[in-house]
Amino acid sequence: MSRLKTIVRNQHGVQPLRGGHSLCQGCGIPMVVRTVLSTIRQPVVVVNATGCLEVATTRYPTTAWNVPWLHVAFENAAAVASGVVSAQRALRRRHALPADEDVTVVVFAGDGGTYDIGLQALSGALERGHRFLFVCYDNEAYMNTGVQRSGATPFGASTTTSPAGLESFGKAQRRKDMTAVAVAHHVPYVAQAAATHWHDLSVKVERAVAVDGPAFLNVLTDCPVGWGHEPQFSRHIIDAAVETCFWPLYEVVDGRYRLTYLPRRTRVEEWLGSQQRFAHLFRPENAGLVRLIQEQIDADWAALRARCDEELA
Amino acid sequence: MDELSTWEKLPVAGVVRPADAPRSLTGGWRTGEKPTADLSLCVNCLLCWLYCPDSAVTLAGEAFTGFDLDYCKGCGICADVCPVDAIAMVSE
Amino acid sequence: MNDVRLLTGGEAVAHAMRQVDPDVVPVYPITPQTPIIQTFAKFVADGRAHTEIVNVESEHSAMSAAIGAALAGGRTMTATSSQGLALMAEIVYIAASMRAPIVMALGNRALSGPINIHCDHSDSMLIRDSGVVQLFAENAQEAYDLMVMAPRIAEDARVLLPVLVCLDGFTITHSAEPVSLLPDDDVARFVGPYHVPNDVLDTTRPTTQGPFAMPDYYFELRRQQAAALEAALDVLEEVASDFGQQSGRRHGALESYKLDGATRAIVALGSTAGTVKDVVDELRDEHEPVGLLKLVSFRPFPGRAVAAALASCARVAVLDRADSPGGTPPLHAELAAALYGGDVELAGHVYGLGGRDLHPPDVREVFAGTAAPHIGLRGERCLV
Repeated sequence: MSRLKTIVRNQHGVQPLRGGHSLCQGCGIPMVVRTVLSTIRQPVVVVNATGCLEVATTRYPTTAWNVPWLHVAFENAAAVASGVVSAQRALRRRHALPADEDVTVVVFAGDGGTYDIGLQALSGALERGHRFLFVCYDNEAYMNTGVQRSGATPFGASTTTSPAGLESFGKAQRRKDMTAVAVAHHVPYVAQAAATHWHDLSVKVERAVAVDGPAFLNVLTDCPVGWGHEPQFSRHIIDAAVETCFWPLYEVVDGRYRLTYLPRRTRVEEWLGSQQRFAHLFRPENAGLVRLIQEQIDADWAALRARCDEELA
Repeated sequence: MDELSTWEKLPVAGVVRPADAPRSLTGGWRTGEKPTADLSLCVNCLLCWLYCPDSAVTLAGEAFTGFDLDYCKGCGICADVCPVDAIAMVSE
Repeated sequence: MNDVRLLTGGEAVAHAMRQVDPDVVPVYPITPQTPIIQTFAKFVADGRAHTEIVNVESEHSAMSAAIGAALAGGRTMTATSSQGLALMAEIVYIAASMRAPIVMALGNRALSGPINIHCDHSDSMLIRDSGVVQLFAENAQEAYDLMVMAPRIAEDARVLLPVLVCLDGFTITHSAEPVSLLPDDDVARFVGPYHVPNDVLDTTRPTTQGPFAMPDYYFELRRQQAAALEAALDVLEEVASDFGQQSGRRHGALESYKLDGATRAIVALGSTAGTVKDVVDELRDEHEPVGLLKLVSFRPFPGRAVAAALASCARVAVLDRADSPGGTPPLHAELAAALYGGDVELAGHVYGLGGRDLHPPDVREVFAGTAAPHIGLRGERCLV
């Protein structure tokens, strides 16, 4: 049975996220949400941080969600989820839940609500060991408020608060390695995935919800508006992120690293050249920056390979 | 919907049930192009269904049947990902 | 059977929590509420309560987790003070708007800066517009009583709002007094089972909660919520009567102490009411027609009942244990609104900020009309 057919069947005829929302034409977020939720066999409850996904899908009195959905604020999705999971545990202990009740709590947060303002709540929830899945849909900036830079924005990217200009080349800082931050909490499952590598993402979701503890998935997905590309090219652009090793696909199971995809290791220009937010890097005076980015990627890739002690499965 | 507009009649805490909620017909966002599919070429890989940001690819069971133009925003991703070029964006 | 123990206010609150036996309690430490969470944690560790304690990493997460738990079908309680309340203030407003019936003990403590760990009411006042119920205890007994009553008020279908039980930091939280505890079973019966109308964990009836509202709906959603807080006044009286029957102690929205025939009254919140009662007793022995209006419910504010209680008074002095720089202190402003149109002479005093004690001679001066607007302030007298 193909995985995709299984995903379809898991929906039991009901899309967890349906049309009628106001996410942009070609938005990269829904594919992540639908792949994640429809991979999970158990009933789900979604806790959503403030951001594009939340705002665009729940303008009162409409909703695009066919699953239980909870939004409280921007920075606290992981803490809210901690409360839901704790209530579940308490009720289960009192035998106040149906015996076959096995609801999976899934958090969706953007990179802002994960790397920056959401970091504290996420860290606390990971440390406490609640059984839940935290999915960061990482499009590398605060998109909902107009493409402002976040801790996930890559070095050299132009955003509205780190714009490239006559005296600036865009974001001057490297982005955080949020996946490594999650790994540092000693949780049973952490993985890096990409929206359009949906099969890899789906396998990771299965592994993530099977562990008895927190799981963190950092999923790269695109924003046509924020990244500056035509919407229909999402697949090619995300694939470039993976093939250039800008965004390696791997998982960390109980602290042990394992690559889940061996990229072709194409040159970073293939990734940078596909989006308007990096266009300024192709000016002759910025050639050194492109070389620097390639060096950063090469060094990170070598370090990652060293951490992975298994051959690619 | 007008009947629900007064504060007394709104559901407590603005809780919305999907079955009762009105839907926005985002098909109105399209700017002149819509997807069409040549069913004779379609191999039911369902990639278009998975990629569609607006859940606007319709299925009968696990078989592709077409597009829900009430919600399709015309992004063209389906046409791009179809491995057999069965989908084309055509002028409306 | 009377179970009377020597307990601090913090311990008394913890006992109430033990007897309510909530499903989830997020905890984060801050002086002076820590005795509450520590005592309660020990109850849980010894199996005397069956609660999931969530050791969150900040108060903001405490209230966030509390919302998640409460809306997922778990009776939820927590505790905080001062800066902790300030940090979670964003989420307190949201808890009210999401109609999460959380019960929170607030060990009243001054807001920074300067940083100060002692009692005043500035923390309560910070969130006075948040839409939550705020009940003030006079002593450890009342803190216990209100904590037992609180779930019934919070969870009532007409309310469905967070309820804060406020007890003065150190003065009540850390001072030991005789406290009469109800039997465990009586409390369990009194609070009954927990139920929310839209259980997040009910996947057969999915709901979307915590919406994004544009100008076309925000106003109505907020008014609906405010109406629930107004309804809490009636619910408080009902629960107070019921509790009164169980315990012999009735705590409604306000307590009139020797206001019959009083021409001069003091209005106060919290433990200061106890001090004022002592002075009222002394002055009454000296045939002075004075009395105390002790407010239990600050939110919702029982304006009509306050005006009725003070009807015979020519002079009313309001004691505010919080200030509103550049404006009118909070309790003073409420009293002025409640008494508007009448011919009462209203005097406002600010006292006790940062834990500075109020002494009986100060209260005498207030009744005499000679107290400074800022009681005990060293330096030039300023108008309130």
